[in-house]
Amino acid sequence: MFNDKKLFLTGGTGSIGSSICSYFNSNGCKEIYSTTTNLDKVRSDQSYINFKELNLNNIETYNLDDLFNFDIDYLVLNAGLNKDNIFLRMSSNEWNSVINVNLNSSFYLLKHFIKKMVKKRFGRIVFISSVVAHTGNPGQVNYTASKSAISGMVKSLALELSTRNITVNSVAPGFIKSNMTDKLNDDQKNAILDKIPMKKLGESNDIAKAVGFLCSENASYITGQTLHVNGGLALI
Amino acid sequence: MSDIEERVKKIVVEHLGVEEGKIQSDSKFIDDLGADSLDTVELVMAFEEEFGCEIPDDAAEKIVTLKDAVTYLSANSN
Repeated sequence: MFNDKKLFLTGGTGSIGSSICSYFNSNGCKEIYSTTTNLDKVRSDQSYINFKELNLNNIETYNLDDLFNFDIDYLVLNAGLNKDNIFLRMSSNEWNSVINVNLNSSFYLLKHFIKKMVKKRFGRIVFISSVVAHTGNPGQVNYTASKSAISGMVKSLALELSTRNITVNSVAPGFIKSNMTDKLNDDQKNAILDKIPMKKLGESNDIAKAVGFLCSENASYITGQTLHVNGGLALI
Repeated sequence: MSDIEERVKKIVVEHLGVEEGKIQSDSKFIDDLGADSLDTVELVMAFEEEFGCEIPDDAAEKIVTLKDAVTYLSANSN
């Protein structure tokens, strides 16, 4: 499905990021580039991925032309972090680092790679958003702000790039088994399961398949959309 | 016609698909030659490649005609 294509994905060591890389790799994508805050996080079974150490919190200090001097077909903006706190206790650091990593880093990476996509008249851009961007979630003012900002970006970028055969979409996961949900205790998990009509957490591979669909030929006429993958948790 | 002007014109013809005879030195890429705003970005990228130089965004925004491009590239290309 992705033969002779190149994927660049941020955050390839996380559970969703590594699933996406693995899905693309097993469907023919042999040139995969990714970023991580620390190369020690790269697992031994990820040797097929070209990793570069990059801290998205201060991406403006890197020379992306030197680091990523190649064109790509698929850009998946997956890296994200959360620093939860009720708003009145939220520090400016908790606010800024989440906005920097989840939102601002996309600005720099998009600028860098879109130029190359415009030139070759092909590109598939997929953001990983979140269900809470559309529903809100107490304790996650910073996280939801960063993720719902992506919805606006997706739509405007989709319109700007539509004449160049570049589609821009996002996938909004619900509760997916990941390093983020691993931090929840059993009571929290059960409370979540109660709200999910399918009565189970999603698998990171469910997200990988949705991203794969949006990058595939089957989705070539789909742009500016958010694909919700949440087991019925929120129908929006 | 200078060598630079000729090379710039060739790029404009190739990218915008307009006839060479229709391009005047004061033709505006968007208003007169049918370019859209992304085309102007692509033209600047093509100039950068052809002339081996980097055109910063603030300079690129001021290149709206063939003459602007020739003037800039005459002063800044290698």
